[in-house]
Amino acid sequence: MKKLMKGNDAVIHGALLGGCTHFFGYPITPASEIAHSAAYYFTKSGRTFLQAESEIAAINMILGSASAGARVMTSSSSPGVALMSECVSYIAGSNVPAVIIDVQRVGPGLGYIWPEQSDYNMVLKGGGHGVYRNIVFAPNSVQEMADFTYKAFEIADKYRMCVFILADAYIGQMMEPVSFPTKILHAKRKDWALYADEQSRHNLVTSLFMEREILSANIDSLLNKYAKVEKEITEFEETSVSDAEHIFIAFGISSRVALTAVRELRKQGIKVGLFRPKTLFPFPNKRLAELASKVKSMMVVELNDGMMANDVELAVKSKLPVRKFNWYGGYVPSVTELVEKTKKSI
Amino acid sequence: MIKHTKPSAFYDTFERKGPGQKTTHYCPGCGHGTVHKLIAEAIDEMGIKDQVIFCAPVGCTTLMYFYFDTGNMQCPHGRAPAVATGISRTLDDSIVISYQGDGDLAGIGMSEIVHAANRGEKLTVFFVNNAIYGMTGGQMAPTTLIGQESKTTPFGRDPIRDGMPIRMSELINTLEAPVFVERCSLGTAAGVLKTRKAVKKALMNQKNKKGFSFVEILSPCPINWKMDAIQSRKWLIENLEKFYEVKNFRDKDTSIKGQGRLPFLSDDELLKVLDVTADTSSDDDNNRVDIGEHKVKIAGFGGQGIMSVGVLLANCAKNAGFNSTWLPSYGAEMRGGTAYASVVMSNDIIGTPVVDTPDVLIAMNSPSLDAFENSVTKGGTIIVNSSIVSRKVTRTDVNTYYVPATAMANELGLTATAAVIILAFYAKALGIFGVDILKAVVPISIKNKKYIEANLRAITAGEMFFDDYKK
Amino acid sequence: MAKNYIKLDGTVCKGCRVCVEACPKQCIVIGSDINKMGYQYAKFENPGCIGCGICFYVCPEPGTITVIKEEEDKK
Repeated sequence: MKKLMKGNDAVIHGALLGGCTHFFGYPITPASEIAHSAAYYFTKSGRTFLQAESEIAAINMILGSASAGARVMTSSSSPGVALMSECVSYIAGSNVPAVIIDVQRVGPGLGYIWPEQSDYNMVLKGGGHGVYRNIVFAPNSVQEMADFTYKAFEIADKYRMCVFILADAYIGQMMEPVSFPTKILHAKRKDWALYADEQSRHNLVTSLFMEREILSANIDSLLNKYAKVEKEITEFEETSVSDAEHIFIAFGISSRVALTAVRELRKQGIKVGLFRPKTLFPFPNKRLAELASKVKSMMVVELNDGMMANDVELAVKSKLPVRKFNWYGGYVPSVTELVEKTKKSI
Repeated sequence: MIKHTKPSAFYDTFERKGPGQKTTHYCPGCGHGTVHKLIAEAIDEMGIKDQVIFCAPVGCTTLMYFYFDTGNMQCPHGRAPAVATGISRTLDDSIVISYQGDGDLAGIGMSEIVHAANRGEKLTVFFVNNAIYGMTGGQMAPTTLIGQESKTTPFGRDPIRDGMPIRMSELINTLEAPVFVERCSLGTAAGVLKTRKAVKKALMNQKNKKGFSFVEILSPCPINWKMDAIQSRKWLIENLEKFYEVKNFRDKDTSIKGQGRLPFLSDDELLKVLDVTADTSSDDDNNRVDIGEHKVKIAGFGGQGIMSVGVLLANCAKNAGFNSTWLPSYGAEMRGGTAYASVVMSNDIIGTPVVDTPDVLIAMNSPSLDAFENSVTKGGTIIVNSSIVSRKVTRTDVNTYYVPATAMANELGLTATAAVIILAFYAKALGIFGVDILKAVVPISIKNKKYIEANLRAITAGEMFFDDYKK
Repeated sequence: MAKNYIKLDGTVCKGCRVCVEACPKQCIVIGSDINKMGYQYAKFENPGCIGCGICFYVCPEPGTITVIKEEEDKK
């Protein structure tokens, strides 16, 4: 039976079913319900919930707990994720799995608690220092908040990477009916992790490599891993794309607005479709390149100044116009606005 | 017989180190090697080599994993107590050591050490205080003495320019949870032997799961102090030991008490706690009317139950077999102005959950009607709480209803059910789902069980009011 | 030969002299030879060793000193 739940609450159900046993976090609007829900369910089920003294401490507890073999997570919103960025780089450099939920809010600075999608560059292009990537899922529904979190731990363990669930204030705060898997997943023993036993005694979790050859070899191996990730887990969804002349490209809450706009424009006889990346890294470059020769233009709808549009442009290599439809400052456009803007552009 | 030799907690050959695999990377006369040796010996004596996980700081001892044949973890600068917390909270039988210098622990990592200590984490912290930044090349540390020269205090540390040196053991000793706090010194052979005892005691406390132990060790850094090994020990005794009192601050038998972690639930128990059952519903289960996409905005002021009535509506739509979304307004508007919930229900997958043009507006107060009257779709519906809203709807292209909901709710004895009365009225007026569904959903949707009865009465009142309204 | 003595591995000694200063019986000296690391390393010379282990504890290098004790301490 489906339950009507907030995106932020569904995350914790998904996490516990996905085998997560440890939650370390720090409250922040609009992500706090995740911590509230974790405090209740992790504690009640004999898992570990700890409210850390800061986002910095929380993410370092993640590093420790994950290095000790556990499936671990934290949640935060944009300014909190920025604070975590240092350790996210360590997590990447040390090949440690972790899951982070980012319920994006408006920046820069304190901004405000309304939705924005402007953590795109921070989460996808670094944030922390060094050559590294995070796997990034972009849910656009409460169901996907649950589903992506459920599978995030398996993926994180498989690739020994940080998996981000990049949501936004609306996806976190809204309620929708959601169903859950009844199979609970569990972490398996990891041959690299520290278990405080004889078998794992020689293990070392580090991102420090003091010889140039070993250091560059570590980065090579990261890059090879990222290439494998690109081959294996890219996900996207297409709506009314097969006969479309123009397509929206959007993720998260913007894709929901774009979906309604597609229906509205089609009613008016305008052939538009929607292409929605479900993973932002890996980014569906290949499919976008194919679509570039099939449609007349792409319209990237995002709540920032065109961060994903830059990636779309790289993917389609100037074969067609890529239009940036941007809103920011906590503003989610109405369908009417998007429809009007589209009609003017094409 | 051999009385003292290199402890077996050290690797025989330091293979991770590269060249010079029998010696440490520490400078001649540095205190770290001595502290390492004391820890390694205690590990040997206690037979805990397999259980130990070292959390190395950033500083000269970042590389301690070259030496210890134990689990090893390298941490971001200052964060070792947080990383160690993560490990300790994951592996109940681990013995986790956070080994930190003065910059790492008392500077960048002040927050992490204080909070780990305050929580009484099961950790052993070795704080090597040499009053200077070693690895970075001799800059001021938080513990650098007044007048002490460093690269960043070339004229000596000045209290006004640079602040005062900080006494960490004293600070940690103000907290409730730690079981053991001691400051030792490597200045003399006797001091080294006392340090040996403190090291062992601190590790023993963790083995016995007593709690948080903190050992501060005053240690020479001959190179950055610009002295030889012997002079540096003398300077340590004459200066560091004068400001940093060498003594045991605390040696308790028990730490804080509390409930701790609850029993680990099995898969089946967890499913029960989460109330997760297999989703057996399918589209065929429901004889749904075709409503296309139906958008409702419920608006009023905080305390009118706007948000929870929205949830009730979304739950009804779900139980009637529709897709549904609920979106709250939140933020500044909740602290005074108009609060509203947006609910969309549809036969199809729902696009935007934002309701800009509602098919139905439920206006619980005047500002809500003022704000949203014009946004209602042509042919749509406006239901007004006429107990509070004195004016009439001015539009003529919409259906309008006036329900004195607040007055009715007051009569029922629970003002907060006004919006529920209107929701029952809405169910009857729009006919998208029956009042029976609303009644069935109330016990699921209303969190506080003592209000269920009042809500059910409110539904009946709304229902009856609609029946009379039609007449 | 004395029953108590130390084995001092000159190849891993950094010549800091801390053991020389600490030894209560003045059994250790800095020799004139230079090891591969470039340090003038410590040597065990004096046969008055009581096997107390102080040199072992104060020495900052893990593998330099091994203390061998055959005599019981006099009560």
